[in-house]
Formats: sequence, C-alpha cells, structure tokens
Amino acid sequence: MIDRAATADRIAAILAPFNKKGVAVTDASTFAGDLEFDSLTVMDFVAAIEDEFDIIISMNQQAVIENYGQLIDAVVKLRG
Amino acid sequence: MTDLFSKFDPVIELRRSLLASGVTDPFSLVMERVLSPTVAVCNGRETILLGTYNYMGMTFDADVIAAGKQALDEYGSGTTGSRVLNGTYAGHRDVEEALKEFYAMDHAMVFSTGYQANLGIISTMAGKGDYIVLDIDSHASIWDGCKLGDAEVVPFKHNDIEAMEKRLKRIPEGAGKLVILEGVYSMLGDIAPLKEMIAVAKANGAMVLVDEAHSMGFIGPNGRGVAEDQGVLDDVDFVIGTFSKSVGTVGGFCVSNHPKFEILRLVCRPYVFTASLPPSVVATAATSIRKLMHGNDKRAHLWENSRTLHAGLKDRGFQLGTDIPQSAIIAVIMPDLEKGAAMWEALLREGLYVNLARPPATPANMTLLRCSLCAEHSASQVQTIIGMFERAGKAVGIV
Repeated sequence: MIDRAATADRIAAILAPFNKKGVAVTDASTFAGDLEFDSLTVMDFVAAIEDEFDIIISMNQQAVIENYGQLIDAVVKLRG
Repeated sequence: MTDLFSKFDPVIELRRSLLASGVTDPFSLVMERVLSPTVAVCNGRETILLGTYNYMGMTFDADVIAAGKQALDEYGSGTTGSRVLNGTYAGHRDVEEALKEFYAMDHAMVFSTGYQANLGIISTMAGKGDYIVLDIDSHASIWDGCKLGDAEVVPFKHNDIEAMEKRLKRIPEGAGKLVILEGVYSMLGDIAPLKEMIAVAKANGAMVLVDEAHSMGFIGPNGRGVAEDQGVLDDVDFVIGTFSKSVGTVGGFCVSNHPKFEILRLVCRPYVFTASLPPSVVATAATSIRKLMHGNDKRAHLWENSRTLHAGLKDRGFQLGTDIPQSAIIAVIMPDLEKGAAMWEALLREGLYVNLARPPATPANMTLLRCSLCAEHSASQVQTIIGMFERAGKAVGIV
C-alpha cells in the first residue's frame, strides 16, 4: 500500500488550494457535501489530477467517485 | 411515499424568491402577435425582438411562406410516421438535397429537431469502449447525446487546445475517438479556434463533429459556418445543424462525406422512433436553405448590426462576453440573477426582448442577457436598442 500512500500525498497537495474552507479531509469526505465543490471546481480539480498523473478520469468514472478515498483508489487503479 | 418532486425544491425556492422580489417571470413570456422577424406584441405592446436566433430573418420570407402553404395543401398537415416507415415524403428528400447543395457534401440526414440530431448522431456513433472528447461548454443536446450513449466522456476546458490534446494522447491505443466542438458557443457568442483544434484532433486519430447551429447562413464565404470560414470544413467528419435559427423553422440535421453514413438511418434511434417533420416544415426549410445560398447582402448587414451593437453597448459601459464581436450573439454579463432579471424586465418595459440566461445553462455560473441580431434589424432599430439598454441599465444601476 506504499503506492496508495504516495498517491494520496500527491492528491492531497493538489486538493489543498481547492479546499478553500480548510475542511479536515478524510477518506470519507465527500466532494459535493463536505468540500462543497460545484461543477466548475470539479472540472478544474479533475483536470489538475489528470495532469499530475497523466491519466483520464472520464465523466463516467467521476460519476461513481463521491468521496476522497474513492478518488485515491480510482487514481491508483488508473495508474495500474 | 417519497415525493419524487422533492429533488426540485431548490429550483422551486429559487423561482419563488426571484418572483417575490416583484419581477415579471422571465420564463413565461407570451408573444401575442408576431409582426415580422424583428417585432412582436408582448403584454399588449410592440416589442423589438433581440433574442430569437432568427439570424437571417427568413420566418416571414414570402417564398418560404408560399412553399409551406403549398405543401400544406398538397401533402396535408403531418406525416404521422417515422422517416423509415411512412414518414418520408418528397419534401423530406428535397430538403436533404438542399442541405447537400448548401454544404457541398455527399450525405444529409434530417431529424425532427436540432436537439435530436445531436442526441441521435452522438449516442449512435460513439459506443462502448469509444471515447468522446468535448468542450466543457458544449450545448445540452451534446451532453445528453453523450449520456444516452455508452462511450467514455472526457471534457476539456473551453477552447483550450492544449487541454484537448493532452486528453486525446491519454486515450488507450486502438480506442475509437470522437472530438465534439461547436463553431459558435451560444452563451457568450465566442467562436472556436477550429483550425488548430481540428488539426490536433486529426493528428491524434479522432473523428470530428462540429455543431454549427449558430453560424449557418452567415459565417463563412458560403454561410457554411466557422469551419468553412477557417478553411477546415473538409476535415470535419460530421456537421450538425438546425432549421430553428437561420433557416427559420424547426428541425435538425447532420451532413457528412462518410461513405457509410446512410446506415445511420437504420440504427439511430432518435431518428427512427419519432415522427418526421410536417410537409410544410420541410418545404419551408428547403426553400429557405436555397435562398440562404445567395444571402451575401443580408450576411453583410447582419455583421454590421453585430459590430454596431457590440460597440454601442461597450461604449455605454456594459460588460460583454467577447472583446470583439465574433458572431451574431452579443452576451451582456449581469452581476447576478436578481440584477439580471431586473434588467431583463426594464428592457421589456422599454419594448425590447432579449434572452435571460442563467446557471446551469451558462458557463462560470454567469447570468447573461443574450442578444441575437437579425439581418432584418434596420440600422435605426439597432440604435433604438442601444438607447433602450442605456436607459434600462441606468434605471437598474448596472451602468
């Protein structure tokens, strides 16, 4: 799980500037609810993650990612 | 029992609070009489129409109306059938011929609306395992086409060539790729750098679909749209368009040179499982399209109107969607929905109709007053419009 931890660190660094209210983020934190991301923020955040890891997170995949932990898992899997 | 309507509560509340502020409901205006492409009677008063997308003013063209009346007499009021069963009349074939002439392309397929054209073509062509790469500001019909199909949907930042290229390069080897762009984006009236974007799409092995709904008839040397204007129409695999703007009636279409294009008539569900357009509609569309091929003078006047209105509003301190006029749409950016609705109402009182556009239809959660010009607006009408904006803007406190 070293890879997951390292990936999580990189994602945390990308998330920080988007976490405007400084919410304490756990794997269970939801983007729409806890982090209050609107659709524009989602787009910019996803683009930043995609560029960092050189992956595609399609809208279809985004639809099933609701919380922070699921995002980390998805990125780990997409980097496969 | 869970009330299935509870999901609409936020919208109900937004609407309630807006109307509680005393403004007229901007989404229930009735055109009581329509006098011309540019003037209607609303709330008992003559109103200049500046939000109809009736770019070329063909709705009251004498030849267009005569063709519709003749078709009503000769073919009746409707086809009561699908294009693939009893719903293809001579007029449906003829309007497809008119489109092939207009675009100089091999194939044309007419749908009952522009919305259905995008819905049908996109969802049918891009299937499971394929990738759709599209601009984030795409029209609702494009998004719904993506949703109806099974392809992987990958959006990129508006008009961002590099963001598009990066995503194309990340798509797995061998997967089918469809890039979807628009010539004119209808919210801000800005155009796409199609020349560069299509070159990148082609270099990465993608097919290209361009929605030219808001450019047909007046952008490009033959009015074929932004791709023609930028010299890249030959590299576009599919052009989507509509009859409900410059053509002046209702309906949608796709034109293409793809050798297997005709098979779509059998496999495209939004084409098969709906009734075809009434004979009068296809007759008016065919006549209008053929007249648009010779509309150079009207095109020039429309551009002049667009430049005049853009400069006039900019001079008077309004914030506009584009620095220079790029199309026949001039978007006036409002500070918020409340001010936007108040301004919309003040303009209506002046005798001017524009579109109020609000999130989620707008980019960046903006509230916009969208003005679309018509080739039939006279130069003096445009000056009148600028004066109305100035008075309303001062009354509402926007300028």
